[in-house]
Amino acid sequence: MKVSLDGAGLTGGAPRPDAGAGVRPVGPAPAGLDALGVCAWFGQTQVLDDVSLSVPPATVTALIGPSGCGKSTFLRILNRMHESTDGAQMAGEVFLNGEDIYGPGHRLTDVRKQIGMVFQKPNPFPSMSIADNVTAGLGLTNTKVSRSDRVDLIEECLTRAGLWSEVKDRLDRPGSALSGGQQQRLCIARSLAVRPKVLLMDEPCSALDPTSTRRIEDTIAELQDDVTIVIVTHNMQQATRVSQRAAFFLAEPGSLGGIVEQGDTVDLFEHPRDERTSDYVNGRFG
Amino acid sequence: MTTTVDLAPPPAPSSDPRTPRRLSPGLQPSDRIFHGGATVIGMVVLALTGAIGLFLGFQSIPTLHYYGLHFFTETQWLPELNKIGIAAVLVGTVEVALVAMVVSFPLALMLALFITDYAPKRIKSWLISTVDLMAAVPSIIYGLWGFYLLQPHAINVARFLSQYVGWFPVFHVDTDPNAAVWQQSRYTSSAFIAGLAVAMMAIPLACAIMRGVFDQAPLGEREAAMALGGTRFGVARTVVLPFAKGGVIGGTMLALGRALGETAAVLIIISPAYDIKPRILEAGTQTTSALIAGNFGNATKSQLSALLTAGFVLFLITLAVNSFAAVFIRRSRSGAGTEI
Repeated sequence: MKVSLDGAGLTGGAPRPDAGAGVRPVGPAPAGLDALGVCAWFGQTQVLDDVSLSVPPATVTALIGPSGCGKSTFLRILNRMHESTDGAQMAGEVFLNGEDIYGPGHRLTDVRKQIGMVFQKPNPFPSMSIADNVTAGLGLTNTKVSRSDRVDLIEECLTRAGLWSEVKDRLDRPGSALSGGQQQRLCIARSLAVRPKVLLMDEPCSALDPTSTRRIEDTIAELQDDVTIVIVTHNMQQATRVSQRAAFFLAEPGSLGGIVEQGDTVDLFEHPRDERTSDYVNGRFG
Repeated sequence: MTTTVDLAPPPAPSSDPRTPRRLSPGLQPSDRIFHGGATVIGMVVLALTGAIGLFLGFQSIPTLHYYGLHFFTETQWLPELNKIGIAAVLVGTVEVALVAMVVSFPLALMLALFITDYAPKRIKSWLISTVDLMAAVPSIIYGLWGFYLLQPHAINVARFLSQYVGWFPVFHVDTDPNAAVWQQSRYTSSAFIAGLAVAMMAIPLACAIMRGVFDQAPLGEREAAMALGGTRFGVARTVVLPFAKGGVIGGTMLALGRALGETAAVLIIISPAYDIKPRILEAGTQTTSALIAGNFGNATKSQLSALLTAGFVLFLITLAVNSFAAVFIRRSRSGAGTEI
């Protein structure tokens, strides 16, 4: 299944300086995520109707589909970011390891801490150094760490995000001084520092050049054993490169956004069951 | 009527091709009219402010010529005895303004943060218009409010402060705070009470500017902080406040400029006293603008010149504070798009 993952020059021929440094996360095990009958509204406008998706632990799931079909909205429902928008409402359930994250007794902040998010546009905190950006989540969640643990955490997260070797000599420089691709990997490192069980990525490479995109894809491949990843992408090749499972979203004229087909990425791309999926993955529309 | 716009000027073969070309903005007639009108209005504002400054400056010449540096070191204002100076008045002005700042800064900051980051949507607009309404209340009303409603209660606070932190010169009052029958009049008409009334006027101004910059905090960074599990306070601390630092300082400085010049409310509350003293809780102080307002009515020509000189000094101080605020806001990240 990891066809192109291992083959397509992941390590670029040369051994990666970051890899194999014995840096293993000590966080929680990756968790499965199950969405059941999710609907979403912005004001009076419904945008998603009865979407169900199952994300197995320690896998990469790609959400594909044309613009405006609700992929990002669905992704934001998975970590309760949707409700931060004015007038946004949802229905349905989202289970993290079998527990409804929208259920009573679940604190919003805890949910978001366990289900991290990387955004389309890199958004490091510009007033903070690279090191402070990595540990920003600790301050935000009032997690106290000792000084030496903090140093270790910074190295570990930057290494896992594939950025350590590029920034280790300038950790006190502002995060905003990095290139776009580096900023995005810094954002991934920042998300990893709060030990999420799931990481959601909303078109993380759409603002990046091909080289940076490849670096992020390498990072995703290295992370997937430790954290479950759900990625929205407009790039079909990217979906086949990074994901094991995929879901095709579509909002046809006159109907609401939803999943047309989901399953193993290889099956979805090579033997789509639905004609619309076939048309889309073969570039006939969208 | 047709307008010909010369789009293609004839080539000038004699000029060096490496010199930058003169580019004409190529404005439409409507643009030209608006451009001209806006320029004139802008210039009029500058000219008016400059003219006020020049007028005050010219009027100050006789006074400054006559009294020299003594005008700045003399504390008393006794034209009959030919003793005139603004040392005590300037200290009083600064004291009232500082009390107003210390009170209004935290209130305005929290109010602005509540409006942008905490308040439910329905309350938000209601709250914004209420705060704006605070700015529309005439200052004389705040003066009456301060004198009749606030003062009877504020003197208890003043006495409490002088009882417990009176060892600190700022909070000392020259009377026995523990006396069985305490001397209430020693606590009235002070810089403290005037400052409280001025704070009410400074709050809406500072709050409006802070709200403006808080609202500009980038959504991407806010969402990043939220997605990390941040609380609202965490988002405010990590994203909004660092972003808005320049705007917060600039807004505070603008409010300070307002507080320095406040007249009517101060005039009602304080009782004039011309001593340099740090004791803000004690009865009696004087500010520059209250001095002018209280004395110009029966001033002789030379006294008027002295009052205008005091006004000139206040004008320069306020100008400096506001210019500093403007520079600060413009240089900060949050202020890049804000003009104050």
